Amino acid sequence: MNKGNKELNSYAENTWCPGCGNFAILNASKKVFADKDQKNLVMVAGIGCHAKLVDYIDLNHFYSIHGRVPATATGIKLGNPELTVIGFAGDGDAYGEGLAHLMFAAKRNINITMVIHNNGVYGLTTGQFTPTSPEGFKGKSTPWGSVERPFNPLTLMLGAGATFISRSYSNRMENLEMVIDEAMKHKGFSFVEVLQPCYTFYNTYKIYNEKVYDLEEEPPKEHVIEKMTEWNYGSKGNIPIGIFYRETRPTYDESMLREMVPARRKEEIDIEDLLKENT
Amino acid sequence: MEDISILVGGKAGDGIRIAAIIVARLFSRYGYRVFVYDDYPSLIRGGHNFSLIRVSRQKVQANNVGVDLIVALDKQTIEKHASELNDGGVILFDSSKGEVETEGVGVPFKEIVKEMEGMSIMRNSAALGAIAKVAEIDWKIVEEVFYKFLPKKTDLNLKIARKAYDMASAGNLKVENLNQEMMPIISGNEAIGLGAVKAGMAVYYAYPMTPSTGILHFLAANRDRFNILVVHPENEIAVILMALGSAYSGAKTMVGTAGGGFALMVEGLSLSAQSEIPITIVVGQRAAPSTGVPTYSLQSDLHFVLNAGHGEFPRFLVAPGDAEEAYYYTGVAMNVAWSCQVPSIVLSDKNLSEGNYSFDSSMYTVEEAQPILWDGKGDYLRYKDSENGVSPLAFPGNKSATVKVTSYEHDQYGITTEESEKVAFMQQKRLQKTEAVKKEIEDIEAVKAYGKDSDTVIFTWGSTKGACVEAADALGLKVLQPIIMEPFPDLSSYIKDAGRIVTVETNATGQLARLLENNGIRVDHKVLKYNARPFFTDELIERLRKEVL
Ligand SMILES: Cc1ncc(C[n+]2csc(CCOP(=O)(O)OP(=O)(O)O)c2C)c(N)n1
Ligand code: SF4
Ligand SMILES: [Mg+2]
Repeated sequence: MNKGNKELNSYAENTWCPGCGNFAILNASKKVFADKDQKNLVMVAGIGCHAKLVDYIDLNHFYSIHGRVPATATGIKLGNPELTVIGFAGDGDAYGEGLAHLMFAAKRNINITMVIHNNGVYGLTTGQFTPTSPEGFKGKSTPWGSVERPFNPLTLMLGAGATFISRSYSNRMENLEMVIDEAMKHKGFSFVEVLQPCYTFYNTYKIYNEKVYDLEEEPPKEHVIEKMTEWNYGSKGNIPIGIFYRETRPTYDESMLREMVPARRKEEIDIEDLLKENT
Repeated sequence: MEDISILVGGKAGDGIRIAAIIVARLFSRYGYRVFVYDDYPSLIRGGHNFSLIRVSRQKVQANNVGVDLIVALDKQTIEKHASELNDGGVILFDSSKGEVETEGVGVPFKEIVKEMEGMSIMRNSAALGAIAKVAEIDWKIVEEVFYKFLPKKTDLNLKIARKAYDMASAGNLKVENLNQEMMPIISGNEAIGLGAVKAGMAVYYAYPMTPSTGILHFLAANRDRFNILVVHPENEIAVILMALGSAYSGAKTMVGTAGGGFALMVEGLSLSAQSEIPITIVVGQRAAPSTGVPTYSLQSDLHFVLNAGHGEFPRFLVAPGDAEEAYYYTGVAMNVAWSCQVPSIVLSDKNLSEGNYSFDSSMYTVEEAQPILWDGKGDYLRYKDSENGVSPLAFPGNKSATVKVTSYEHDQYGITTEESEKVAFMQQKRLQKTEAVKKEIEDIEAVKAYGKDSDTVIFTWGSTKGACVEAADALGLKVLQPIIMEPFPDLSSYIKDAGRIVTVETNATGQLARLLENNGIRVDHKVLKYNARPFFTDELIERLRKEVL
């Protein structure tokens, strides 16, 4: 029996700041999960404000360590490919501490979904710049204003080989649900970036409310990069949300496992033959 | 001769290591027990490589400095090793123009290869033919071994070997038929892989790093045969996180690396402890700090692996000393990890990992242990309180269980907590598992004793036990080899009559000595070697005579 919206709430006390964009991601996820095969669903989280989400939803979870969500999720999927694995990571987490894992998960096209809560700041450690904070960002570690340019995660993911690339905004509930649901349905590596204002350390509601617009339709191949770079995480440009790119490619889990389910492997291996070959 | 030491030397790319193992296989067919040590620099071509082959009636697990036969494929072999030739020994060399000039049995390997239109690496086949002649090995045996172990261009290799066989002359190293059963020859790395597979390993994750790369290659080559998954991820951090993910799914996993890679895994080790997800980590020691001397041996990571990881938590650590022990104790490590939900570490070293041994499969049996699984009654609590701290396992996909694991301190269900009582309770629950581990290994030999009772007792560990056991035998001393390093065994009954305690190990500060002293055992003298080479038996006998007796 599936848990409904209410039963999906765990008894954990919610400790996000009022007004935090994470609430919307939590609600959208619960809505999407209500119709999924819940016993086979595993949530994975990194470390940061975003990650508390898995404590709040009463389903299987692996609350991992900072930056390592894609690696953990890959291992879970390879251990048992029948599981549906969805990772939740922060921008500091996935783009900073553990970028390599994210790139490789995309490269391999492992059949998992990664939701990145991009608030442009390290929330849990009280406000430092992240890889997607704009140039000049005055955080506690860069009070003079960051001298680094942000990178664009969408084009990074495209370059790395992600087969599903999307962006949403926590204040556009319908779009957010749609994107998470589509990402989970996609067979292969699905990337979902959610613009998620941090009410306390980097309140971006006003800017996003003004600039965010819905793509509505997936752009044709030749316009994908143009759409992805319309906004480069700085002050210029409007901000499209929706699904930017979709492609089908054999998944890593299928190619590597070829029907094998390691979690259920029960095998008596006879090594005598191998030893004879070495005699 | 019943105990022969052979050195084969040349440049990287000359096929020295292949030749060495073939030599061992030739003697193995006469019932000899063998041990092969490859000394090679971290480069692909050029440089000086040599392999030491020891063949003997008795089980041998170390080499001597002094050798009975030197096979020189280059000049450096003579320059570096001629002085190591024992009285009555033979030098066999490539006497082709421009190659080696010395006294002994000269056979023009290079010219033979040229004449037969072979590739230059086939000089090693010429050398093998000549070695066979020097040791008076039956040509039929040479053919048999070539067909079995050199499957590519066997006929051409044999033709080359035959020519050299005919041109060489018998030395005074005649092989004898020892009328003992032939044994397989495998490396320590292969033994580790086999032990893991026997204990139910379903997935192996590793990033290449000497000296553990051999495990990765061996398991990858045998993936289908063992029906396992073998994955080479982007780095060691991914290695351990993926392994923990798979184990959470319910798949038994192992990872393998060396000290540097293990350093990257340490945060994951601590996660394994907090989340109580079983993991087995093979750490092959090599000469460190840092990149160090990558293809050479040292035993300097004992305290690193004993203490690695932030926080306090139980772990299981074994340090096998030969191929049979590597096989068996890797199986034990896998079983303990899953029975007690603790991280387990197999500490090897380059000498053991890459050494090739006659392997006696009748010594040990590895059987897969079954973890404690949830009985399906009531609500599932991943971290349920239990008598010994071990909570029954369920895996995601179970319709009656929600399985929540975490790096945070947590309640019994697996949800983050900061409440003082719950924090203290969980810390206690995890530490309690030390007793569970002790119980699990009650019947497993934690310490091995060798030699006669003597006033002076030698402690050693890991692959150094090979030279130690032989040296002690020659000198009439008792040797103790702790294999289970954590939880550290009670040694009182072994040393109650000991007058003097001496440690022998290959590091600069005496890491086993320190561990003994931490456990209340006074160490009187440390015999150390830290030039990144293993102890040799003859060398160790001299050192013990001078420093200890
Ligand atoms: C290895 C490691 N380094 C640093 C930290 C401290 N830390 C915890 S959360 C965090 C940053 C969180 O930022 P982000 O991933 O963007 O998540 P957010 O809090 O914004 O949701 C850091 C640096 C950690 N937990 N682990
Ligand atoms: S600090 Fe920011 S991201 Fe964290 S809970 Fe508060 S508002 Fe949300
Ligand atoms: Mg953030």
